[in-house]
Amino acid sequence: MNYKMIRYILSVFLRAEAALMLLPLLVCLIYGGESAVWFLASIAIALTASLLLGIKKPENDTIFAKEGFVSVALGWLLLSIFGGIPFLISGSIPSPIDCFFETASGFTTTGASILKDVEALSKGMLFWREFTHWIGGMGVLVFILMMTQLSEGRSLYLMRAEVPGPSVGKLTPKSSSTAVILYGIYTGMTLLEIILLICGGMPVFDSVCYAFGSAGTGGFSITNAGLAGYANPYAEWVIGVFMVLFGVNFNLYYLILVKKLRLALASEELQTFFGIVIVCSILMGISIYPIYGDFWVTARMAFFHVSTIVSTTGFTNADFTLWPNFSKALLLFLMLVGSCAGSTAGGLKVSRIVIMWKVAKRNIFQLLHPHSVGTIKFEGKPVDKDIGNGVAIYISIFLFILTGSVLLVAIEGQPFETSFAAVLSCFNNVGPGLGVNGPMGNYAGYSDATKLLLSMLMITGRLEIYPILILFVPSLWKRR
Amino acid sequence: MKIVVIGAGKVGRALTEQLVREGHNIVVVDISPEIIAGIENSFDVIGVVGNGASQGIQQEAGVQTSDLVISVTSSDEVNILCCFVAHQLGAPKTIARVRNPEYRSQLEMIKDELGLSMIVNPERSAALEASRILRFPSANDIESFCRGHVELVEYHIEEDSPLCGLQLSRLQDTYKVKILVCVVRRGEEILIPNGDFVLRAGDKINITASPENISLFFKAIGNLRQPVRSVMIVGGSVMAYHLAHILLSMGIRVKIIDEHEERCAELAEELPKADIVCADATSRDLLVEEGITDYDAFVALTGFDEMNIIFGMYAKAKQVPKVVVKVNHISFPEVFEQSGIQSIITPKLITAERISTYVRAMQNSAGHSTVQSLRRIVDNQVEALEFVIHGGDRYIGTPLRELPLRKNILIAAIVRRGQTIIPGGSDSMEKGDSIVVIATNGVISELDDIFR
Repeated sequence: MNYKMIRYILSVFLRAEAALMLLPLLVCLIYGGESAVWFLASIAIALTASLLLGIKKPENDTIFAKEGFVSVALGWLLLSIFGGIPFLISGSIPSPIDCFFETASGFTTTGASILKDVEALSKGMLFWREFTHWIGGMGVLVFILMMTQLSEGRSLYLMRAEVPGPSVGKLTPKSSSTAVILYGIYTGMTLLEIILLICGGMPVFDSVCYAFGSAGTGGFSITNAGLAGYANPYAEWVIGVFMVLFGVNFNLYYLILVKKLRLALASEELQTFFGIVIVCSILMGISIYPIYGDFWVTARMAFFHVSTIVSTTGFTNADFTLWPNFSKALLLFLMLVGSCAGSTAGGLKVSRIVIMWKVAKRNIFQLLHPHSVGTIKFEGKPVDKDIGNGVAIYISIFLFILTGSVLLVAIEGQPFETSFAAVLSCFNNVGPGLGVNGPMGNYAGYSDATKLLLSMLMITGRLEIYPILILFVPSLWKRR
Repeated sequence: MKIVVIGAGKVGRALTEQLVREGHNIVVVDISPEIIAGIENSFDVIGVVGNGASQGIQQEAGVQTSDLVISVTSSDEVNILCCFVAHQLGAPKTIARVRNPEYRSQLEMIKDELGLSMIVNPERSAALEASRILRFPSANDIESFCRGHVELVEYHIEEDSPLCGLQLSRLQDTYKVKILVCVVRRGEEILIPNGDFVLRAGDKINITASPENISLFFKAIGNLRQPVRSVMIVGGSVMAYHLAHILLSMGIRVKIIDEHEERCAELAEELPKADIVCADATSRDLLVEEGITDYDAFVALTGFDEMNIIFGMYAKAKQVPKVVVKVNHISFPEVFEQSGIQSIITPKLITAERISTYVRAMQNSAGHSTVQSLRRIVDNQVEALEFVIHGGDRYIGTPLRELPLRKNILIAAIVRRGQTIIPGGSDSMEKGDSIVVIATNGVISELDDIFR
């Protein structure tokens, strides 16, 4: 393994994080308050660590799949550790484990929080939490690739480890220009959302925070009451729509930009995703109509919650733990599915579900007609057997980890519903769960061990399992 | 520039590597998903899986917005069709690989009628290269520039060579020849030496000079070998046909050994003046029976790299004066060094060089001197480029010692009105000159690139 190159990539990760912290520093300076010092100190710490890892690019910059996986996995762990330093040294969050949980939850765009009183944080800290969502949504590595060429020609190994979905589609031949286009679209859409929210009467700072949170499909709230506190139906509609939009594969936006709207709309994954959103919103509406009794309120509540959960964001404006059981089951289903590949959202991804559905259908047909020949097509292209198998294996591993983690979390003694929802919610980067972890609750009550497990689950889920899982394979670390 | 490469076989891959290194946006099309996966993993490119001759796949690859389409699949006909389709879609330039000798007479017609910009024939280019090496057996490798006025030869300094321990500044006086040692490879290190540099055994040096001075130099160090008069070729490939054709036209005797009867019959028909032997060359007796030791040169051109290397080593052991081996796939230069085989031909790299020259000339901005030809030397790590000086170039008439040359750049030769000048600090470039530039790193596509 090319250890030197891994160290170098990690060092770049830390430098990028130091650079990213300049923005909350700026916010601190604008809004006043002593937090600026803590961000300066954190930047210094991250830079020092980066220096210790070595800032000179090694001569041999060749990396292969394993180096790609390992450096991205370790990079995300480091990000979550160093990103928590401002909270720790400022005393906003006293426990290091809690800091790690909160930052991991931020970067992985989960939005699960251990904070009981969010409003106690300074503006700078609140902004940093939301900003980690925004960067984590599109990817830190994609951000780095915009600035620098890490490994000549072999950057796909790195991108593949970070960009969600069964396969990575580049927009242009060069990864750096692909990264620029992705961030360009991302920034543009975020700005649009900020403007729309400000127009709706939301304060500027809150608009920026909520836009960042929904763009990354994160879900940290900046007030204790969440969105319900604003009593602003317009803002809820805007955020609801944007959460769905950020759950769409960004390659499709590129297609629209290059004037191939029809091709973008023909995407099977997109159609299925919108189908799920519409059908589930209607079902949800029927289920909760008796509670609200008004058509428009019900419609807003139903759509907003389907959108927030299917996009794995996790903003809330109502306590859905009090809703009928069918609504809660529907939310769990949406948590499991998630959004499109290549979006900022988490979950199993609609494309995997569609491919798996078709493979299963084909296999059952083959049981009846053993000699029949047929191909499975997805997005108009035949699905390679390897991709079908890959998806099946991914889902199996997903289920193994899910079940194992539920067992471990159940030791805490919470009802099954709560433990299961907590694991699923963290693993798929959603945020709120059921029971004590519901929209009005938090994750503060768990032991450190469980918090650590849930944080690791978030990173594992964000990187789509393999990079983190590979770290635990002993043969990886053996020098031959 | 945006370039679409159709066909990711040996040549396609070598080409992709070269063009990506030069900073172009590359889309690679191949019918095999595995090959595309491999290409995407190794290079910063987009891969498209599908038949490159189909319009739909070409549109997916973005041919309509590309600057150049290069088709190098294994089939000549597919390549021609690919370029035709690309031309119809609006690709401004297209390059096809066409190697079947039967199409040779109609190539111009194909080019004009189907709108191709260039046709490359790796086997023929490689055969030309091999024939150049055979024409001057003293050197490992020989490249010729500026219409033959400048030659660039590679020479390996042996233990007993009189060059050992010689300081470069004394080279010209000692041997009374006008030559320039432009690149030295010592171990892993590749450097442009200055006058204080002392040669050692084991160094691989590259020399530029006029052809007369090259001959004088090899005579002076006692290593001038007689031109080759007879060549034994093992393997009746297309390249063997081209090589035999060239050698026979120069009056050199050629014997080709191949084990396939049909192929031998074809060769016998196409090359009536050559000796064609149908037999299995892996038997030692056969090579001896056919008189391997009587030949001035031995060339191994079978389709298997490892066989070629073994044949080459055997010929070396039998003390055949000049051994040339084709290696197209295996990429371990260290191994060749050990085998003692100095002259190695790699058709895919020769093709990549030719296309690369074309691409650099294409992207050149108007009014500047373009690359006339490009050769990669020293295991593909150093570039030798030829330019013609236009009136509009900077630094015309400035003595070389005052030029702000970039690091790792050397002006190795100047040709003025047919005279080859080995440049010193007081020489200068003048309008109409041809010059040869050596660059050990960086991409040079126009003359301005060599200056800081």
